[in-house]
Amino acid sequence: MRDKILIAGNDAIAEAGIRAGCRSYFGYPITPQNELLEYMSAHMPKAGGVFVQAESEIGAINMCYGASAAGARTMTSSSGPGMSLKLEGISYLAGSDLPCVIVNVARGGPGLGNIAPGQGDYFQATKGGGHGDYRMIVLAPATIPEATELTMLAFDLADKYRTPVLVLVDGVLGQMMEPVEFRDPVDPATLPPKPWALTGAQGRPPNIVTSFFLDPQELSELNLKRQDRYRRIVTQEVRYEEFETGDATIVIAAYGTVARIARTTVKLARNEGIKLGLLRPITLWPFPYAPLRALSNRVKVILTVEMSAGQMLEDVRLAVAERAETPFYGEMGGIVPTPRGILMEVKKYASYDAEDDQGF
Amino acid sequence: MEKSVILAGFGGQGVILAGKVLAQAGMDHGLEVTWFPSYGPEMRGGTANCTVVLSDEPVASPLADDPTALIAMNPPSLDKFESTVARGGTIVLNSSLIERPVMRADVKVVPIPMNEMAAKVGSDLVINMVALGAYIKATGITPLATVKTAMAQMLEKDGKGKFVPMNEQALEEGYNAV
Repeated sequence: MRDKILIAGNDAIAEAGIRAGCRSYFGYPITPQNELLEYMSAHMPKAGGVFVQAESEIGAINMCYGASAAGARTMTSSSGPGMSLKLEGISYLAGSDLPCVIVNVARGGPGLGNIAPGQGDYFQATKGGGHGDYRMIVLAPATIPEATELTMLAFDLADKYRTPVLVLVDGVLGQMMEPVEFRDPVDPATLPPKPWALTGAQGRPPNIVTSFFLDPQELSELNLKRQDRYRRIVTQEVRYEEFETGDATIVIAAYGTVARIARTTVKLARNEGIKLGLLRPITLWPFPYAPLRALSNRVKVILTVEMSAGQMLEDVRLAVAERAETPFYGEMGGIVPTPRGILMEVKKYASYDAEDDQGF
Repeated sequence: MEKSVILAGFGGQGVILAGKVLAQAGMDHGLEVTWFPSYGPEMRGGTANCTVVLSDEPVASPLADDPTALIAMNPPSLDKFESTVARGGTIVLNSSLIERPVMRADVKVVPIPMNEMAAKVGSDLVINMVALGAYIKATGITPLATVKTAMAQMLEKDGKGKFVPMNEQALEEGYNAV
């Protein structure tokens, strides 16, 4: 049996990165992500890898660009304002078809905001953020064991589709501790080759890694090929979890920290006879539109709960259209919804059940 | 079975470490656990708290709006969290610093003169282990031996192994005071 260790989210994500065969990490300090950087500074050199505390977040993401172009598994992490600074670099990575894993331990915003947990970066993560027609796979774990699994998966997906992949957590998951059994480490030497990488062009024609194409025809064709790849991701990589949705009349849609809190709400509600379920997107892009659409055909209410003003809510409404009510409950500024706080919101809609019983 | 405890006190009283020791001991005892700290810009003299959840099934919410126990090491902690404790829950309080009585009649109150007991062991710094010892005796959540082992491992990992005997003694003092 593998060792089970009690570990904080930031440390666990860093360890998972090293275990995924990542041997280059570039970052810049910002709370509540600092421990990830600190862990890398202590453990990456021991693993024979490169750790650089860059001069800024912009420096760090562009160091990732260089490492990725050279064929290495590479990683950076940040929060809030630092993520905004990385967006130009993320667009360049996407435009050059370079794999890279980015971790956002999200905090309260906008602006400098605060260091408390937040989910206000959903739009930034899933709808571009940076310029141009690019997409980024976004993985949103709800527990620390899952964060380690998804961080390792992020590297595989990044390499497979040659795209940046974002692991989106928040201050709660970054700071809290939970027992983890890590998967065995991947030996970087056993990873699939990257024939496109810049490795010295010995005995082969030179490769070019760039996002700069002056010829409209050429750039158009590259974009079309990239969109094909995005369609493949949408078909193959949607991940989500349903909890107690079988007989549910009300379903909460939530991701990450809020989803695990809502899981407790589901138990509390069921103790009171309310048929509550939970749908938890694990990939925020590609978003699980189809399962939500299916649910909306048989439940009355899909209540979206987020630590934001209602960002994932827009995707939920795209999926549900007018087939079910789609109310919203959100907290901002670093306030974390509690199980009973969510239950109070649920009860506003629980009467939909009672109406049914009376033949309305 | 799911138990949640908020450990709260002044920054420097060691509530964050005591919570980690409890979480580690719970895990070693075969329970599912989570540990979540208040991680704001706190410092020595300010307030700090953490929440530990111990359960026999995977923990959903790492935050508790009605914890089954509160360890209040100073007056502001009791003021802030007294009303949140679940009915039938336990409040372990530091009677060295908290002079007012607990208003709730529906909780078990365990007053412990933590500062005096820590001083008796030899240092104010072990006040957190006095508190933790009292809590595990009052709730029976994990055996004392498991907590001692978890504490020793944690201190040794941080290069503070020489403080293990004093912390063991503090755990015992708190445990035996209940």
